Amino acid sequence: MERVTFDLASTPLREVNGYLHRLPGGDQSHVDVKNPDGAHNIAVGLDQPVTVEIHGHAGYYAGGMNKQASVIVHGSAGTGVAENMMSGKVHVKGFASNGAGATAHGGLLVIDGDAGLRCGISLKGGDIVVGGSVGSFSAFMAQAGRMVICGDAGDALGDSLYEAVIYLRGEAKSLGADARFEPMTDADLKTLGDLLAAAGMDHDPKSFKRIASSRSLYHWNADANQEY
Amino acid sequence: MCGIVGLLVKTPALKQQLGQLMVPMLIGMTERGPDSAGLAVFGEPLEGSARKLSLYSGLTDDGADFNWHGLTHALKEHLSVDAQIEVKHNHAVLTFDVSPDMIKKWLREHHPRLHILSTGQTIDLYKDIGTPTQVAERYGFASLTGSHLVGHTRMATESAVTPDRAHPFTAGEDFCLVHNGSLSNPYGVRRKLEPFGIHFDTDNDTEAACRFLEWRLREGDDLETALQKGFEELDGFYTFLMGTPDKLALIRDPFACKPAVVAETDDYVAIASEFRSLAHLPGVKHAKVFEPAPEEMYVWNA
Repeated sequence: MERVTFDLASTPLREVNGYLHRLPGGDQSHVDVKNPDGAHNIAVGLDQPVTVEIHGHAGYYAGGMNKQASVIVHGSAGTGVAENMMSGKVHVKGFASNGAGATAHGGLLVIDGDAGLRCGISLKGGDIVVGGSVGSFSAFMAQAGRMVICGDAGDALGDSLYEAVIYLRGEAKSLGADARFEPMTDADLKTLGDLLAAAGMDHDPKSFKRIASSRSLYHWNADANQEY
Repeated sequence: MCGIVGLLVKTPALKQQLGQLMVPMLIGMTERGPDSAGLAVFGEPLEGSARKLSLYSGLTDDGADFNWHGLTHALKEHLSVDAQIEVKHNHAVLTFDVSPDMIKKWLREHHPRLHILSTGQTIDLYKDIGTPTQVAERYGFASLTGSHLVGHTRMATESAVTPDRAHPFTAGEDFCLVHNGSLSNPYGVRRKLEPFGIHFDTDNDTEAACRFLEWRLREGDDLETALQKGFEELDGFYTFLMGTPDKLALIRDPFACKPAVVAETDDYVAIASEFRSLAHLPGVKHAKVFEPAPEEMYVWNA
């Protein structure tokens, strides 16, 4: 298979992203990006089943709006990695900053290390597996999709959740409004087992707890006196 | 938006390269802060009771043509003070061995538009409007030496683009602070401090945080206690990076709204808003790179 290397120390990022955007339909080639040095917007808006390996730390929005492609960051990722991903896979081998996988509609985001605050905020159908812990306000207003946290979570996990489901292995500092622990069903164990396998994480699904919405915020309650 | 950078060298040999290592860090943050730039550098302390002031003449009528040597002559004549002066463009470091309050009072009376950037035994402070590249060249940042420094690139949101509103801000002696973010209660903090006789130079929100923390340190709090009170008192978005003669300290607001990343090796601790300002540092590929957590204190000793 063809393998192309770009060195961001000598090649403008626009040239790299332009190359990736112009690939022919169905292209499954393999692209290496060297010396990313924290540049923003690496491999954003891809729409071919190409594999892109970023060798170092990426800046903001790496793999953002991804479709079909597989983007691997051999380092950490800045704010908004895989933001609004539609399909494909983004794998961060280090840690990810705030807003990882925000609004993702599809695809799989894997973060081997920790994720910052607001991970999976407004998730719309994508899957996120975090090997470490996530910061506060993660899965805020998450509408659809699954979020797996192998470590701990900060404050207000799953605040104002819709129909996304969270699987948490460690402890949450606090759950957000309307989020609640629920028993794990056989279907949950199967789903979680598949997600962990896809992410390459070796944990027993039975060691996780399920968090989902109690749906009490779905309808306006005039008697609640704003006490949520 | 703004950019912050900080560098503390652990290996004594690197003290000579402090400025050289830092300039690309500062320039790397140009997109986050293109309108002004500045830095405070901490070096060997002056001996005995000697003090130095960093002064800025850019707001005077003479600007960079300010008569600095006339100033030292006048200090000799009026106050019988032997002061040494080191001039770079519209900036000078004035060194003397008397009470800095006496000199500052005289300066305010005789040169009210001469801006006093900093006071102390270890700190030199530079800031001006212009891109980070322009400001770094204007003052020869690449040749600065010392143990640690705090730098800033500014994209103003809370007050006008003027040299005195650029960062770092300073208060008291040998203390400075840079800020990425915006405070929501700076006037409340000012109203609390003004009855104690604390004077403000500008209407900038960061100055309120700087003077609040320096006030706590002056009242006897250690740095950690002062920062804890800062968490309780200061409301808004912030990543603050502070410098004292022997420490760099960093805190982020509870929502981590403003970024920060740290790279640490056996030779140095480097802090920046984004990794792209750290990417050029020697050995950074093998550094311990991490993101400081919100509402935690990070203090590094020089």
